Amino acid sequence: MGASFGRGAATGFQQDLANADCIVIEGSNMAECHPVGFQWVMEAKARGATVIHIDPRFTRTSAVADQHVPIRSGSDIAFLGGLINYVLQGGHDFREYVVAYTNASVLVSDDFQDTEDLDGLFSGYDPDKRSYDTKTWQLAHRRPPAGSPAGAEKASAGYQHGSGGASPGFDGDYEMDPTLEDPRCVYQVLKRHFARYTPEMVERTCGIPEDQFRKVAEALVANSGPERTSAFVYSVGWTHHTVGVQYIRTASILQLLLGNMGRPGGGIMALRGHASIQGSTDIPTLYNLLPGYLTMPTAGRDNNLRAYIDDQIGQAGFWGHLDAYIVSLLKAYWGDAATPENDFGFDWLPAVNGDHSTYQSVLGMIDGTVKGYFIVGENPATGTANGKLQRMGLANLDWLVVRDFNEIESAAFWHDSPEIESGELRTEDIGTEVFLMPAAAHTEKDGSFTNTQRLLQWHNKAVEPEGDTRSDLWFYFHLGRIIRDKLAASTDPRDIPVRNVTWDYPTEGQWDDPSAEAVLREINGFSLIDDPDSSHGGGKVPVSSYTELKADGSTSSGCWIYAGVYADGVNQANRRKPGSEQSWVAPEWGWAWPSNRRILYNRASARPDGTPWSERKKYVWWDEDAGKWTGLDVPDFVATMRPDHPGDPDGPPEQRLPGTAPFIMQQDGLGWLYAPNGLTDGPLPTHYEPHESPVANPLYGVQSSPLRQVFDRKWNWSNPPVNAGYPYVFCTYRLTEHHTAGGMSRGLPYLSELQPEFFCEVSPELAAERNLVHGEYATIITARSAIEARVMVTDRVTPLRLGDRTVHQIGLPYHWGWRGLATGDAANDLLPGVLDSNVHIPEQKVASCDIMPGRRPRGPALVKLVEDHYSKAMDGHPPAHSTDW
Amino acid sequence: MKMRKLIASWPAVRQATNLADWRGMGRTVQSERSASLEPRTDTADSVVRSICPYCAVGCGQRVFVKGGKVTQIEGDPASPISRGRLCPKGSASKQLVTHGRLSKVRYRRPHGTEWEDLDLDTAMDMIADRVIKTRAETWQDVDENGDRLSRTMGIASLGGATLDNEENYLMKKLYTALGAIQIENQARI
Repeated sequence: MGASFGRGAATGFQQDLANADCIVIEGSNMAECHPVGFQWVMEAKARGATVIHIDPRFTRTSAVADQHVPIRSGSDIAFLGGLINYVLQGGHDFREYVVAYTNASVLVSDDFQDTEDLDGLFSGYDPDKRSYDTKTWQLAHRRPPAGSPAGAEKASAGYQHGSGGASPGFDGDYEMDPTLEDPRCVYQVLKRHFARYTPEMVERTCGIPEDQFRKVAEALVANSGPERTSAFVYSVGWTHHTVGVQYIRTASILQLLLGNMGRPGGGIMALRGHASIQGSTDIPTLYNLLPGYLTMPTAGRDNNLRAYIDDQIGQAGFWGHLDAYIVSLLKAYWGDAATPENDFGFDWLPAVNGDHSTYQSVLGMIDGTVKGYFIVGENPATGTANGKLQRMGLANLDWLVVRDFNEIESAAFWHDSPEIESGELRTEDIGTEVFLMPAAAHTEKDGSFTNTQRLLQWHNKAVEPEGDTRSDLWFYFHLGRIIRDKLAASTDPRDIPVRNVTWDYPTEGQWDDPSAEAVLREINGFSLIDDPDSSHGGGKVPVSSYTELKADGSTSSGCWIYAGVYADGVNQANRRKPGSEQSWVAPEWGWAWPSNRRILYNRASARPDGTPWSERKKYVWWDEDAGKWTGLDVPDFVATMRPDHPGDPDGPPEQRLPGTAPFIMQQDGLGWLYAPNGLTDGPLPTHYEPHESPVANPLYGVQSSPLRQVFDRKWNWSNPPVNAGYPYVFCTYRLTEHHTAGGMSRGLPYLSELQPEFFCEVSPELAAERNLVHGEYATIITARSAIEARVMVTDRVTPLRLGDRTVHQIGLPYHWGWRGLATGDAANDLLPGVLDSNVHIPEQKVASCDIMPGRRPRGPALVKLVEDHYSKAMDGHPPAHSTDW
Repeated sequence: MKMRKLIASWPAVRQATNLADWRGMGRTVQSERSASLEPRTDTADSVVRSICPYCAVGCGQRVFVKGGKVTQIEGDPASPISRGRLCPKGSASKQLVTHGRLSKVRYRRPHGTEWEDLDLDTAMDMIADRVIKTRAETWQDVDENGDRLSRTMGIASLGGATLDNEENYLMKKLYTALGAIQIENQARI
């Protein structure tokens, strides 16, 4: 979504789903995985909305939907592409919205060649590097820009600005055709690109019969336009693929064409699975980002602060103030030590030069380059694709710190794991030193979670943690304090950053807990110029918005997009005015980034002239008398910019955009149907088969995403595609009663009793084909492992007809492991480590497998079973390089 | 008289003679014990506003505390998102925070076959020493082109999506100051 709209986050809020006239839930089982949020879908249904669920399995979401459409796992781009084709061929797009608010009318470079021309590849592909040169993807300049456009001359790069996908280079002066008839305009490029995604092709690719497909298409079209809006809801059923980012791109294109973005009851709701997973990308514990979606410096490119800013600053829109955001962050990190003379300590930031994501770290552990590891509230030994790879990595560390409530699998790997059981590892041989530290729960500490709708909500400490139990805030604060003490006398230049880092948080309580509110205040930021105004008690005044941040070092802010959460010196995340005492938007409950806006891009809820599209869908509009935007929400726009503002090329960056440009983080202010920058694997989504698939790509000669990241090595071999040894598709999923890899649920008696045992869902047809008996065991096998599960024969899983062949799918809840009260094999052990090239997320929602009745063998026989099966599938050939497939 | 009272106290008789509760769903079926019961929520010393720690819906919670212990966790009706509801996991979160928690540091030495006790302060000091040592041994000043790296590739971290924003902030800040870059969380998984 970053590449399409400018911010990589849910565009609306859950309560607003109630305003939708049609809701498509795809890649998500919302009723079971986000049950309390699902009340807003039911509210919409009660008001007359059509609810459609597209999912490989019939679930409780399907049960209350108007229509359930079973789909083959891994084929969603073909389905959504089919919907785009339906909209474009029938002229069903919301034309006035599309022309005004998207880049449909912009002309693409003459040199661009589409997957239509190159049988599944775009122009610029380098087969040796397995990457694209994006030069030919660029838009057509009316006149040559000054200097070469950034983004050209470079290999494609995944979006870093999750909060601003646009890369630099837009000079606002492109060739355009508002009639959308020029064959080179984005609209026509799009039309040609998706022309082959016909209902017949959808049926052959997804297993969705034409009448079901048409029903969905007609519902969406009928419920979009000035008077009506449709919403999309997705979760990891979309992100966990080698083309996951492009799944979301496809939905983004569709929602832009239908005019559903920035409007009540519209948008794309990304449902996250953890309490603060949105927060952990906003304030990232991610290798490539600094807080607020600023990038980590890249070695060789960002050799100083000027180069860093010049390379990334936006020519228009709010990324045009990137200099203020990064300098304010450096001031928050280094305090008084950051001065204009020393580039505000920019050189104290470490630099990246490639993919350093968690999978690379695990391979580094196995190879011996990564020696120390912290695991904080995660359980990779069961929770990540290919658990064996994770555990082999843990077993080769020098030291490991695990912080959790209990001895989870990732702490116990050295004495209790499948590899200990099979004899592949021996406890005495494992040299890893392990520190298992009890961690405080949410009731034992103050702090904020950022929920799925960008909303920061504060939780207050109720009780003190017992014994050695401490919060992670305590742990990192005191670890930093001790390290700083030990290095205080160091003269080594490499220790300057850690000696200079501001680390003076006030502590409180019996355990010397650092004040979480003091940290939140630093995150918010403040003016560094003392204000004698007594109403603030003097001293440094918290900023109330990111628009107050400065590039001259006179402000500090630890995360610019969170500026405002401590406005007026008040913890806005702890606001709890009851929902019943305010409007349905509930702006006084918690605080949403940015600037407490609940629906992003909400300027698009009004016509180009600033009046609402319709009375029914009125949300934010221009008030001529007051001279500003107004409405039910905080306008996601320059509040006083007139709708007829022409765009001032000499003004500040945000004023360079016209008053009709709702996507204010984008350089051109437009929603991107076509994305010339920000994506590694193509400016448009294209259906590729999953890395492991029993189906040959029906659309193109290229089987799987040419840019997917594979690691062909011991313990991570891949099932060959279209192979009789691995004929079935499996899909992992969650249950209501458990949480992810089970660290927070399998130890609880209530939840363990409700869902005691690992099972696999198979159709009656597959059960007959493989002699599987309901209630007895089955063994599921891939090139990585074999696991056992109780068989549940159910018509909730249905065989799919793809033209003249049938595809069987198997459903596997992935919550189990061998620790806790409810134990079982881990479904993630079956998966390969193979990643999306944009964001390095593993393909965890689809792979191929075989299934047979009975329990799996124990001991060395298990390893032999897996190896023999693989060898037979490979017809005796040695492991192959899967990129050749 | 006594017998009469006894008979009148039978639940079936009470139900039959009290038309307001003819279905036996209310007071007529209460025993002396059940009549004297009161909910834990009534006797709490304090009620603390919180947020459910499981998924990202962000349901409001009310945490009931008595004698320094969490005695009950319920949905917060004031929340405009959850309107008082909790799912099975959220409803079980009192058990999450009170049941079978580890409360002491555990230590496993290299090649060891058993967990050992370790004092918290000692553990913190040992971890700090290991960070400093590993960082020094794996430090990279520049890459092969002479461009600045200023980092260690010897230390990695995984976690954040279940933590607070403030915790993620301190983690990223400390690791960055130390030059550790392989800092990741569930958002990537």
